[in-house]
Amino acid sequence: MASIVSVSNLSKTYASGFEALKGVSLEIEEGEILALLGPNGAGKTTLISIICGIVNPSGGEVTVNGHDVVRDFRQTRSMIGLVPQELTTDAFETVWNTVSFSRGLHGKKPDPAHIEKVLKDLSLWSKKDNMLRELSGGMKRRVLIAKALSHEPRVLFLDEPTAGVDVSLRKSMWEVVERLRASGVTIILTTHYIEEAEEIADRIAVINGGEILLVEEKDALMTKLGRKQLRVDLAQPLERIPDSLSSYNLTLEDDGQSLIYDYDTSAERTGITALLAALAETGVRLRDLSTRQSSLEDIFVEIVEAGR
Amino acid sequence: MNIEAVKSIYFFEMARTRRTLLQSVVSPVISTSLYFIVFGAAIGERIQQIDGVSYGAFITPGLMMLTLLTQCIGNGSFGIYFPKFTGTIYEVLSSPISMLEIVLGYVGAAATKGLMIGTIILITASLFVDLSIAHPFAMIFFFVLTAVTFSLFGFIIGIWAKDFEQLNLIPMLVVPPLVFLGGSFYSVDMLPPFWRAISHFNPVLYLISGFRWSFFEISDVNPLASAVIILAFLGICMAVLTWIFRTGYRLRN
Repeated sequence: MASIVSVSNLSKTYASGFEALKGVSLEIEEGEILALLGPNGAGKTTLISIICGIVNPSGGEVTVNGHDVVRDFRQTRSMIGLVPQELTTDAFETVWNTVSFSRGLHGKKPDPAHIEKVLKDLSLWSKKDNMLRELSGGMKRRVLIAKALSHEPRVLFLDEPTAGVDVSLRKSMWEVVERLRASGVTIILTTHYIEEAEEIADRIAVINGGEILLVEEKDALMTKLGRKQLRVDLAQPLERIPDSLSSYNLTLEDDGQSLIYDYDTSAERTGITALLAALAETGVRLRDLSTRQSSLEDIFVEIVEAGR
Repeated sequence: MNIEAVKSIYFFEMARTRRTLLQSVVSPVISTSLYFIVFGAAIGERIQQIDGVSYGAFITPGLMMLTLLTQCIGNGSFGIYFPKFTGTIYEVLSSPISMLEIVLGYVGAAATKGLMIGTIILITASLFVDLSIAHPFAMIFFFVLTAVTFSLFGFIIGIWAKDFEQLNLIPMLVVPPLVFLGGSFYSVDMLPPFWRAISHFNPVLYLISGFRWSFFEISDVNPLASAVIILAFLGICMAVLTWIFRTGYRLRN
């Protein structure tokens, strides 16, 4: 698939001397949902801010659909919608006016039918004449999304869109994101809810300390880095792991009630058959077996820790 | 040119004036009326004509300038500072709009408000005193140019200010002394020679003098010098803004 956003060797050092980005390169493909994961202060917001034109880069290049974000800012910014992390709204404006204002800022002629559709899609239609200060936090978040969609962008940046949003609203927001993706919009989101990235993203990029640690298809990443864990619940607790099982990487948990075996699903042999045979030979009686796949969160923590 | 964006910012800013009509329009009219009552009616009765102009009429251009300067700096600075303060500036910065267009929107609205209020004061003043404008084009020249220049100056303050104290520092502490000591309520010829000489270092003296000349053909300094001073200040403001936009000072850094 062709790249719609291309980031090449991008760096940013703030006036304070803080180096937020250290030569970041990233290709974002048209029509995908890319989740940008990283701990606080990793450089996620700086990266998004430079692509959107809010912050000047110190070095490197960013293009959107082939246009440079500094030189051809009119072309790039009219293709981009941004939902910022902070709930920043004009308290005394009405929902309708603030969303219409955003469309005008992007150089688009007024289109009440489009604004109406956006507001209805986000369940904001009944609040269109309300002042923003009268809305709840979740509603304000939706207004920010409506503002970002007011000018029909091709690329949408969602910076922590579900922070402080309740579960049902979060679900309805992801439905909107799915609909946008279906209509061909490229979506880049940062989130602290890693299970969301796991559920919704096509690809995952992990950033830490101003550097991209990896960019992978989510499914490939889960398979490649995904560890599985076999849990063997024992009929009789063990005081220690028998010597005959010492060649297996086992740990004893729950006061000797369970044996935990970590294995790699992508390895040629998982070692499960041999382990079960060895257990039978040693005379250890089993009560139950279960396996668990490591989550994206485990993988994320592992990558970030390894990068330190 | 992104005309839609300029219009959006301009009308968004003008809408704030409508929402705050009492504060924006009624308040300056009341304070100007009070000046006329105190200086014009109460004290002015005891002051002889100045260069053949009644005292009430004499102070009108100064009062208009006082309000114009305060309003334009206030509106120009608040217009850009408030989105910075609330964080909504992200939207303007991420829009396909050049810095020139941002200035046209914000400064255009600030200058329009200043000119509206200045005109209202002129109308209010004409209810108290007999006014005539000797050079209407020169009057409009000084009026519009001062509004634009000081709205630009306010815009720079709004970008520079990091908090509300800095935002109010120049409008509250610097402008009123300059206006009051710039001959709003007197001719500098009335001052002792030392203070008269000092007054000539006050740029606002040139604005008020030039503006007053366009009304009554009397002035403390040559009207041409007034025009040069205001154009020079406009040039300085534009140069500073150009530097701000090139470097992204306090906006994109």
